[in-house]
Amino acid sequence: MPEAIEIHQLWKFYGDYPAIRDLTLPVAEGSCCALLGRNGAGKTTLLRILAGLSPFQRGSVRVFGDPPRSSEARRRLGFLGHGIGVYEDLSARENLRFFATVCRIEHAKQTADSWLERVGLSRVAMMPVRQFSRGMRQRLALARTFLNTPRILLLDEPFTSLDDRAIAMLSELLVESRVRGVTILLSTHQLREALAIASHVALLENGRLRFTGPRTPEMLDDPGLLYRIHTELGAA
Amino acid sequence: MRTLSQALAVARKDLAVEIRTKESTNAAGAFALAILVLFSFAFDPSADMLRQMAGGLLWLVFAFAGALVFNRGFAKELPNECLDALLASPLSSASLLLGKAFANVVLLLALEIVSLILFGVLYDVNWTACPWSLAAVFFLASWGIAIIGAAFGALTVNLRLRELMLPVILYPLLVPLLIAAIELTDALLFEKRITGTELLWGRILLAFDIVFTALAMALAETILVN
Amino acid sequence: MLRERTAVGLAIAAGALLVYNLYQMFMVLPDEALQGAIYRILFFHVPAGIVGMIGYFVALTFSLLYLSSGNLRWDSLSASIVEVSLVFSLVNIVTGSIWARNQWGIWWTWDYRLTSALVCILIFAGYLMMRRAIEEPIQRARLSSALCIFGCVDVVIVWKSIEWFRNNHPGPVLSIRTGGGTMDPAMERILWLNFLAILLIGISLVLVRTRQETMAREIDSLRRFANAV
Repeated sequence: MPEAIEIHQLWKFYGDYPAIRDLTLPVAEGSCCALLGRNGAGKTTLLRILAGLSPFQRGSVRVFGDPPRSSEARRRLGFLGHGIGVYEDLSARENLRFFATVCRIEHAKQTADSWLERVGLSRVAMMPVRQFSRGMRQRLALARTFLNTPRILLLDEPFTSLDDRAIAMLSELLVESRVRGVTILLSTHQLREALAIASHVALLENGRLRFTGPRTPEMLDDPGLLYRIHTELGAA
Repeated sequence: MRTLSQALAVARKDLAVEIRTKESTNAAGAFALAILVLFSFAFDPSADMLRQMAGGLLWLVFAFAGALVFNRGFAKELPNECLDALLASPLSSASLLLGKAFANVVLLLALEIVSLILFGVLYDVNWTACPWSLAAVFFLASWGIAIIGAAFGALTVNLRLRELMLPVILYPLLVPLLIAAIELTDALLFEKRITGTELLWGRILLAFDIVFTALAMALAETILVN
Repeated sequence: MLRERTAVGLAIAAGALLVYNLYQMFMVLPDEALQGAIYRILFFHVPAGIVGMIGYFVALTFSLLYLSSGNLRWDSLSASIVEVSLVFSLVNIVTGSIWARNQWGIWWTWDYRLTSALVCILIFAGYLMMRRAIEEPIQRARLSSALCIFGCVDVVIVWKSIEWFRNNHPGPVLSIRTGGGTMDPAMERILWLNFLAILLIGISLVLVRTRQETMAREIDSLRRFANAV
């Protein structure tokens, strides 16, 4: 199976300090890779590099054969970072129509409206996001992320601070995406939710890749196993 | 063409937000009015003094009030990490910067029209004698300010003391453009004739716009992705 | 180590040359016919201005090198050169003011060339201020390289202004600008020797500052490592 994401000997520096060290990680098309690691391990940094938000200094990164900053790569991408990425002063409909336009989606208005329907926000489509509850904002963020039917999803701690309805919606969208053969790379502290849908696991510690491989039933039974075996802090 | 259409989408979004919130326009408008009024206390605005100072006063008002607009330009992308969402989308950095500049120039021109009307009323200055030439000067100079304002707004968006840093780096760079705009405005408001000197200033304005627009678009990726 | 020895060596050479030049200026060359003794300040005013201006473009070259290679050493060099060039530009303005006060009775006049020289100082002072406001070295390097490019394009306007506008600043006097020159050849010789001395001082200072920038970056990375552990 061809690789959707190819990361080869990647180094990312902040000044002279290496935040990512000699990281090589191929992610096969259609797989779902859970990116694990403690705070400061480099998960967010790696996702931002893949999304084209952060430059790197050594090595190579390819998204379906293209550099992350290329418009071809970004057109295939859905990215959900720590922020929800929607404008408070625009309505839900205006937000989605704007992002549909910048993503160069044909029939932008219809696509935006159908996603509003999908995430259960069509009744409040004209309301400014400023007046939304937290759960409503999270669902709008999901709509924005999936709007352009991405072939690769980069999700940075997507389950964090989601309410039950949003978690259910996200899980449903992820399962659907997996069926469609979408490649998913998600970082998380919520091991059980991530390992339940992941086909592969990658464990980072201090910018280094400590472990990568298929997700096994043992990991599902004991999510902390990986940390205990493969990290220096776990060994200590 | 794609760059232009995407830039227009960004500009439309920014102007929609501004129409709704009026954050920048209220602040810039109030600031412009305050300076125009204070001018009458700082100087005795006789006809001769106005002849010498009108262009300078107007363009100082536009430049200072404009900074209030530019400060908000990229800052409004920070809440909810909207800037990350935009940069991760297929929207090119150049389109984003150009779109911000389009929105800036519209807001700046709106401010200028209002200020010009107020200035004409408060100081009995007739600015309608050469309206099209004046409009051309205002547009060219405003575009130069807007594109540099957008580029430097992007440069300073993640910095500490952003509101202080932007004017510090913006105004020195704008000096040649402001001088050209002031000279042309004075000529058109009062002398109403274009000589070789004015044409030279006009060429400087045009060259400034072309060079710095090209530079801003070429460096957009470097400025925004770091 | 080599860089430190080079810096010291250049400083010594510059010092020796300066001593020679000062001797020539005060003991050999006569007072200028119209200006009197004050003309000697121009032996510092003009070279400082030239070295300052050249420095901005050399910094531009290193900024472009940084953007193409990503090597932070080029950014350190660029920033150090801007800092030293700024100092020389200030020397240019201050010495010019002293001369103007003596000759014209005013400390300053707002003709376009003087204004543009002051604007260049403000642009690059803003550059240094912006660098201080950015903690992360790579972000600092990218943004200040971009600002350096913008700034240097503006500097071009300064260079052209003396041709574009007639003003009350003295016109070009160096023979490379006028073809024949309006300056006595002996004086012009000392002017160029002083230019060389000031250039050597500048290079020496740049080497020292670059080393300091590199050390600051090393300290920053050690601090990040300590925080990570």
